[in-house]
Amino acid sequence: MAARANDVWKVYGAGEAQVVALRGVTAEFARGRFTAIMGPSGSGKSTLMHCLAGLDATSRGEIFIGDTKVTGLSDGGLTKLRRTKVGFIFQQFNLLPTLTAKENILLPLAIAGQKPEPEWFETVIKTVGLTDRLGHRPAQLSGGQQQRVACARALVSRPEVVFADEPTGNLDSRSGAEVLGFLRNSVREYGQTIVMVTHDPNAASYADRVVFLADGQIVTELSEPTADGVLDTMKRLDVLAGVNG
Amino acid sequence: MFRATLKSLLSRKLRLVMSGLAVVLGVMFVSGAFVLTDTLSRSFDSLFRSAYSTIDVSVGAKPKIASGGLEDGPPAPATLPADVVERVRAVPGVASAAGDVSAEGARVIGANGKVVPSFGPPRLGTNWVDGSRLAELREGHGPAADNQIAVNASLAKAAGIKVGDQVSVLTLQPRKTFTLVGIFGYSGGRDTLGGATQVAFTDPVAQELMLGEKNAYSSVTVDAAPGVQPAALRDAIQSALGDRYEVKTGKQLADDAAAGFEQALSFFNNILLGFAAVALFVGVFLILNTFSIIIAQRTRELALLRALGSSRRQVIGSVLLEAVAIGLVAAVLGLGAGIGVGALLAKLFTAATGGLELAGIGVPAASVISAFVVGVLVTVVAAVLPALRASRIPPVAAMADVATPDRPLTRVTVLGGVVSAAGAALLTVGLSGAGDATLWLILAGVLVSFIGVALLTPLIGRPVVSLLGRIFSWSVPGRLGRLNSGRNPRRTAITAAALMVGIALITGVNVVLQSATKSLDKIATDSVDAQLFIGGDPTEDRPPTFDPTVITEAGKLPGVRTAVGEYFDQAMVNGTKTYLVATTDAVAAADIFSVKVNSGAIGALGADQMVINSDAAKKFGLAVGQSATVQLSRGEPHRFTVVAVTESSPVFPGILLPPAAAEDFAVRQLVAGYIQLRPGVQPAQVQPDVDRLLADSPEVSVVDRSGFLKQQTSGVDQVLQMIQILLALAILIAVLGVINTLVLSVIERTRELGLLRAIGLRRGQTAGMVTVESVVISVFGALLGLAVGAGLGAAVVRALNSQGITELVFPWSQMATYLALGAIIGVVAALLPALRAARLNVLNAIAHE
Repeated sequence: MAARANDVWKVYGAGEAQVVALRGVTAEFARGRFTAIMGPSGSGKSTLMHCLAGLDATSRGEIFIGDTKVTGLSDGGLTKLRRTKVGFIFQQFNLLPTLTAKENILLPLAIAGQKPEPEWFETVIKTVGLTDRLGHRPAQLSGGQQQRVACARALVSRPEVVFADEPTGNLDSRSGAEVLGFLRNSVREYGQTIVMVTHDPNAASYADRVVFLADGQIVTELSEPTADGVLDTMKRLDVLAGVNG
Repeated sequence: MFRATLKSLLSRKLRLVMSGLAVVLGVMFVSGAFVLTDTLSRSFDSLFRSAYSTIDVSVGAKPKIASGGLEDGPPAPATLPADVVERVRAVPGVASAAGDVSAEGARVIGANGKVVPSFGPPRLGTNWVDGSRLAELREGHGPAADNQIAVNASLAKAAGIKVGDQVSVLTLQPRKTFTLVGIFGYSGGRDTLGGATQVAFTDPVAQELMLGEKNAYSSVTVDAAPGVQPAALRDAIQSALGDRYEVKTGKQLADDAAAGFEQALSFFNNILLGFAAVALFVGVFLILNTFSIIIAQRTRELALLRALGSSRRQVIGSVLLEAVAIGLVAAVLGLGAGIGVGALLAKLFTAATGGLELAGIGVPAASVISAFVVGVLVTVVAAVLPALRASRIPPVAAMADVATPDRPLTRVTVLGGVVSAAGAALLTVGLSGAGDATLWLILAGVLVSFIGVALLTPLIGRPVVSLLGRIFSWSVPGRLGRLNSGRNPRRTAITAAALMVGIALITGVNVVLQSATKSLDKIATDSVDAQLFIGGDPTEDRPPTFDPTVITEAGKLPGVRTAVGEYFDQAMVNGTKTYLVATTDAVAAADIFSVKVNSGAIGALGADQMVINSDAAKKFGLAVGQSATVQLSRGEPHRFTVVAVTESSPVFPGILLPPAAAEDFAVRQLVAGYIQLRPGVQPAQVQPDVDRLLADSPEVSVVDRSGFLKQQTSGVDQVLQMIQILLALAILIAVLGVINTLVLSVIERTRELGLLRAIGLRRGQTAGMVTVESVVISVFGALLGLAVGAGLGAAVVRALNSQGITELVFPWSQMATYLALGAIIGVVAALLPALRAARLNVLNAIAHE
């Protein structure tokens, strides 16, 4: 297992204002697989990802990344975990404007004080197709190119899991397809584990498996999904949630 | 629009606090100055009113040399002959008239063997008038014999002396010892009048020691007969005595005295206003920067307002309205703080001088008006540029994530060049010393130069900041910090420029003072051929003096080749006021000061002869053989004939009179002595012997060349310390600026920080990154300050070349200290923002819009 959630609860606020974002979510994310987490707004999909990635603390339950228990780690422990075992791709790209594409890609390694493996770096660069853009700063790159830089940054340290939060949310469909294809390739060819949160059925169809969340609970999942199948399931999500609830 | 402005202002109040703080400080000093002066002047007013309330009319003599203010030192005592008292008594309407002696300069040697110091108030020596309505005996009795004195209570306390003690007093004559027979206070239970000390002698002794004349008084106090109006009596006495005497009512005397003190108070006023000016000038940079950053951050919000139909004018108005609001708040807070500071300083002043009852803290209208005008004006002026920038945001910026590209620096650089050149021009004109406006021209020049350099700073900043940052580039956080500091050259530049101002001023002053010290050293070494020097602290109001016989005796000591003493005075030469010197031995003086004679010859000066230098010759149009009328502090005008014209020299006096002339000087004692030793004799061999001769002159000491230099430059260190305190304030405000910039940057880059933390940057590393940015900015500011300050200092030194400052010295060690200070400031300023950055919640930071 690359990542595991065990009866995870997440509660915000207290008393009248209390919001339960996750209600006893248990899920496993297999190594070398591309999993999408779907669900309508407010279903708790982003919260689940943040908890899995150690960005947010759980109220109850346990999270594991590989063999490491994330729950209860100190800030230092979490930082170390992020350096070695986790990669991130954000909707907003989140590149440092002061650094070139190459510097952005190598930043996690630089922060950890590690040298990149030259072969792997070359492979990643070639796969994302940025070889001739390495010297550019983010402002000189298109949205799709920026997100590919962010993908390369997430992959370059060979993390246990890459978490992607709506990676195509800010891209046009062509650039989105490029990025998704690239993510799928990295799973197929290099055995990377990817967990992606999305609300776009088309994006979800690139995954090996889709987990559906509604009202903070996992209601169903699909293997080898198609865009239509995902859309179908989404439409029935209210009913399914009703059944489970 | 109005409501939107206020709302957005309130939501960002914390960010504005620091920029407002600079204005608060500035306003505080402005209103503090007004409150202090108002309170003290009313206090002195009431003091003098009660002190002079017992006097109906007073008759005084016109001084021979009018005192032109504080810098001229104590005026020579003006005297009137004793028979004036009789003539006054004869005037109808006079009930009684008594001659008073009162003069500055009765210095008591305390129980510790040292002269009781004065911190400004006069040390009066007077005659004792039995039954005076002003003085009230507390203990013992008034002086009845010539070897007796009485002193006021504050002096007895300060000197640690009691009735029955033998007390030594320095006056116009060398140390004399008396028996203390009485201690007195004043009406109202006061120990002193405004901090002044008073020694009362018998009439003849007071006349001899304080006025230097027998049968003379400094004034006549007149009581009016019942039913006679003081003003009418004054006119009657005036017409009886004629124009040679000044006749005043008690009320006039009180007004005159109060006016004199107000002049002294304006000194405090100027210091506080200086503080205010520096605080406000640096504050403008701070506010400008804060507004710029806030507007950059609010781009979307402002664009939305534009998209919703606000006009450019409305956007400008909204920013300026914000500035007015901040200015008003800062003015209120500053006024409050200023009243506090003014009251505190007034209390401290009373405590230090003693014997002044505060008349209650006053808040004059001027302080309120100036607080609001200054506070609002400064803030609004600083906000004008950011407001214009805000109005240029296109409405479309609301829709897209427009990264506003940094505009090219060409315009600002050109402008900076022009402004700097204007500043330099002003300085040049000012330093060339044309007319009365010199000081203002120099100040304006410095100010304009600062603004010019600040405008040039973005351009200079790029390479320098990048270079500085390389020091830290070995670590990832260091590298990121360096890149961040180079990210917004304007912002970095303004922040650094605020720091530059303080450091430039202090460096400049340092350069000038060190150069002056070095030049003095050079002059003393090159042109004074003396090995031992007699003198005292030159910063005293009244120059320390010693007995002329010391020089005569010193000249006879074994090992001494020759000894020369100097008297100083002000005089009117052909109607123009000037300083001059009388020497004990003109030939020896010319030898010691190795002065060249242009024409004539210097011999032992006769009673009617003088030596002048070429400058004085030109000024008064004199040549060898011609004579000039000289009115000294005493006596009648006297004609002196020029026997020699010398080259102008920084050490040799412009006008040199014979020793006999010193009899008519205000101070008949020596103020400086120079001793030339025989070849091969060490100063240390003779020093103890001269020391023994000075046993009765505790105000002066005999020192060797290095001691002499230290003595002469002791004022330099004091000036430097005062300026350092003044500029610490400017630097403090600049630190606020650095903190402000960093906090705003951290807020602005929240998402980036979140990302960095998400990909594994530790808290410590995050803090390190912010600290590097801060240190780079601060050190850059310090470097700029050092460069600008050194340049300004060098310019002033060059301009003062003709004034005898011939050496240019850069105080490298101090400059290194200021640079280190810059680095420390960087670390300190980073504390808060770094903590804030390190504590960011990663998740919130990433989601931050």
